[in-house]
Amino acid sequence: MTTKDIVLDHVSIRFGSYTAVDNAHLTINGGEFFSFLGPSGCGKTTMLRCVSGFSEPTEGRVLIGGKDMKGVGPNKRPTALIFQNLALFPLMSVAENIAFPLEVRGVGKKDRRKKADELLDMIALPGVGDKKVHELSGGQRQRVAIARALAVEPDILLLDEPLSALDLKLRHHMRTELRTIQQRVGLTFIYITHDQGEALTMSDRIAVMNAGVIEQIGDPEAIYNRPKTAFVASFVGETNAIEGKVTAQTGELVVLDTPLGPLKGTAAGGRKYKPGDNCYIFIRPEQLELRDNPAGENAFTTQAVKAEFEGNARLLFLGANGVDLRLTRINTGERPADLAGTAVHVGFDPSKAFVLPHSALAGA
Amino acid sequence: MLALRTMFDAFKNKHGLGVACFIGFAVFFWALFLIALPQIAMLDYSFRFNLPRADIGGPSDVYTLENYAYFFRGNDGGFNALDVGILFKTLVAAVFVTIIDIMICYPIAYILAHSATGVAARLMVIGLIVPFWVNEILRAFAFRILFGATGMINGIGMEIGLWDTPIDFIRADIALYSGLTYAYILLMVFPIFNAVEALDRNQIEAARDMGASWWRVHWRVVLPIAKPGIASGATMVFMLTAGALAAPQILGGPSNLWFTQLIYQWFNESANWQRGSAYAVILLLVCIGFVTMMMRVFKVSIGEIGR
Repeated sequence: MTTKDIVLDHVSIRFGSYTAVDNAHLTINGGEFFSFLGPSGCGKTTMLRCVSGFSEPTEGRVLIGGKDMKGVGPNKRPTALIFQNLALFPLMSVAENIAFPLEVRGVGKKDRRKKADELLDMIALPGVGDKKVHELSGGQRQRVAIARALAVEPDILLLDEPLSALDLKLRHHMRTELRTIQQRVGLTFIYITHDQGEALTMSDRIAVMNAGVIEQIGDPEAIYNRPKTAFVASFVGETNAIEGKVTAQTGELVVLDTPLGPLKGTAAGGRKYKPGDNCYIFIRPEQLELRDNPAGENAFTTQAVKAEFEGNARLLFLGANGVDLRLTRINTGERPADLAGTAVHVGFDPSKAFVLPHSALAGA
Repeated sequence: MLALRTMFDAFKNKHGLGVACFIGFAVFFWALFLIALPQIAMLDYSFRFNLPRADIGGPSDVYTLENYAYFFRGNDGGFNALDVGILFKTLVAAVFVTIIDIMICYPIAYILAHSATGVAARLMVIGLIVPFWVNEILRAFAFRILFGATGMINGIGMEIGLWDTPIDFIRADIALYSGLTYAYILLMVFPIFNAVEALDRNQIEAARDMGASWWRVHWRVVLPIAKPGIASGATMVFMLTAGALAAPQILGGPSNLWFTQLIYQWFNESANWQRGSAYAVILLLVCIGFVTMMMRVFKVSIGEIGR
């Protein structure tokens, strides 16, 4: 165990009768890039405030480097928090902003400036120290906020959706940048986001949260390819959910009776189902295939409603028997025949589809 | 004139001719009849002799600096230490009252903007406003009763044994300072509140997270944001305190005159409007000069105050 480890020991946070975080129990390893991913209101920011010391858990303990943080204020914890809106001080210069934590610690003016310039070099913004914050671009402010947080050399950096105010291009660029900075300084990063793309590209591990409960913890591959709950399957990435009743299971292969006919999928996480269980079968749009004929495994016939062109991919909206599906095809550079309004044959590989017990879906 | 015309046209296109005419007329009336003309009349008065009715407009009705000279030289031609001293004392007292108001109102405004929520915030605002339903004279006399020799404060103080003989709060001007401080609290609270409210709470939390003490959070983060509000409130409180008449009349000690009381005496008791006007102009200029100087010292621009 290093000083950068964080243990959330059966942490629950309640506001009156409302439970914001319900029995979170996990260990975040030193030097890890760990993300909490979930829709707004799922409790991820509350969790972060609890680690940073702005609120205390109602039950359970927060341990940082093996020490119980109960009663330890935010300024006494080895954490630095980067706020969603960055919270840079508008009336101070960039260098004063970065050096503020040092000023607080009584570091002399010359040393402060020297350290601020070093940090500006590190974030690749040399020479902007005397500018005012509002003279910087969104991405530059982002980096200044990181520099300010790193000025006191914390063990753990907490980031509360820091990229949400940036435009798309910059957001993508900053993902790489954040990851690079994290690997360079070797700190533990705890990253809060509702953007699965950010979580998947940057994180070592992700905890997916819904309504205060951590639904699944795992690396990005596991979260995306092997979701454990219906919520995770539907929240992370695009997916199609087809409702049905189990009719049989042989090994991992489960057969469901769905409005589209009998369909086969894989029992995720080696679960066992009884005939009659209400389940979802999840299949990603890129795993659905257009077929020439209705024969073959896991095939069904449905109606093409409309097609959308997204640049890198083409999206086909399908609908029949009350089941709406989406199918994506890579853009090969050739315009395919317009299928809208015609009957199409669709199928998928049972090993690419997961069967999960019926429960709340994301956004439902 | 051209600039005014284009402004009027732009306004007309946006809000319609009726509204534009009304606003145009109202602004014109306000600027000319309520601000410019009375001041010009006073200024004109201040440069004239106090003549008997028959001589007005006659050959002896000429402009003079006599009224201003009197403020500096008095009757005997020496330095008019009495009147200059009273002006100086009034300014010092007004500065004092302004500083106390800042010290009282900054925490109130901060709490109102960032800590108080819902019912508590509304109660605070009502609590600040309701006392001002009581008119100024009544409030001043209430303070006189409160601070009098047999008043509540002396009563309580002697009852619990803090002091033995009644303290003369009136002669010590404590009653006056308290009354003036209280009278203009609202004018200080709301500009500061306006400025501080714009502060993003995250900045306070960020500063706390970086280990800043409450003192430093306020000094480095909140106060700079509050500065234009403080300047705006301080200007109003200072000007109104220096120009207050009722409170000094009622609460002032017998041996202490406020400069406005001097002006009042020239107008009413001596029936010398010309000299009264000159004194009023002196007060106005000195106050404007002092405020401008203070704004320089604290690096506040007039534009910031207007916000």
